[in-house]
Amino acid sequence: MEIFGLGIIGACMFIGSFIGRLLGAALGLGSDVGGVGFAMVLIVVLCAYLEKTGKSLNKKTEGGIQFLSALYIPVVVAMSMNQNVYSAVTEGVIPIVAGVVATVGSLLLIPLLSKLAKDTDKEQNA
Amino acid sequence: MKIFTSMATSYGLVGAFILVAVIMWVSYTFAGLLKQKRMGSAIAIMVALVVAFIGGKITGGEKGISDIAVFGGVGLLGGGMMRDYTIVSTAYGVKVENLKKAGLAGTVALLVGIVFSFVVGVVIAWLMGYRDPAELATIGGGVETFVVGPVTGAALGVSSDVIALSIAAGVVKSVVAMILTPLVAEKLKVNNPTGAMIFGGLIGSTSGVAGGLAATDASLVPYGAMVATFYTGLGCLLTPTILSLVTNMIF
Repeated sequence: MEIFGLGIIGACMFIGSFIGRLLGAALGLGSDVGGVGFAMVLIVVLCAYLEKTGKSLNKKTEGGIQFLSALYIPVVVAMSMNQNVYSAVTEGVIPIVAGVVATVGSLLLIPLLSKLAKDTDKEQNA
Repeated sequence: MKIFTSMATSYGLVGAFILVAVIMWVSYTFAGLLKQKRMGSAIAIMVALVVAFIGGKITGGEKGISDIAVFGGVGLLGGGMMRDYTIVSTAYGVKVENLKKAGLAGTVALLVGIVFSFVVGVVIAWLMGYRDPAELATIGGGVETFVVGPVTGAALGVSSDVIALSIAAGVVKSVVAMILTPLVAEKLKVNNPTGAMIFGGLIGSTSGVAGGLAATDASLVPYGAMVATFYTGLGCLLTPTILSLVTNMIF
């Protein structure tokens, strides 16, 4: 059933977020550190396990997961409508200049780090 | 009108689905007319940001259109809960090998991204006349993401107008990432899992990464999001401590 897919993702999210919050508390931050990431790793591991054992999820269960993935872009559109865009563009020059420079700079660093990734990849294979 | 308002308020989430569907339908149709079908989600996000601007202007609130009662459901659909739930689901189908291949680069990107954004924030705030190290560090934190700014500011006891400034800087960064990423993704090689993970580490803001990659290629979302999820936590850890200590020593 489709609901199983929703439940599996939800359970992974709870476990991951719990780990993230434990980590946050241990670091004295009181926030979630990487919870979404841990949850995603859990799902990846689950998929790898299923593939290895030759099993696969029921088509309908899979349908539940794909339904959530398909909701992702609409959720992002809704999220964009909640952003505090008004204050971002009216708070003055510093936020705009700093935000733009940081984003453009970060984007320009991507090719540099990609090169690094490729080099280490080669070394490992050599 | 009164009847409509009370209906829209009590069916908030359903109303949000209708609004998002309309925006996406208009955006994808427009993208189709331009023969740029792939730009559909990018256009939808831009329309949504304009809607958020209008909402903020009308209400003076902080949550875009969802501060208007009739559109309250947008806050639920686009809130942290649904965002994280749907992001997590995109991990289904991700290959372990791809993660391993970019694991190191992703981690390096996280550290470089945090330090780089912080430095940009500090330098620009300094150029604009700020001299207090605590205020500089707060603005630097805000440029990392709009969560790190207030956390740093609160830890260092900075006034609320500087904190507001730092939040605005973080919002600008995620908005720019949403708009700019699809335009430059091909050139900067954000078209494979490794590139997406590095992108996630450098930009870091969950909404910026989520929006930017969604508008570029939805299949890359899990890779970027997985790295970006560590950014705000790591930023909250490093900024009020090591980074603000270094700022203190320099200024």
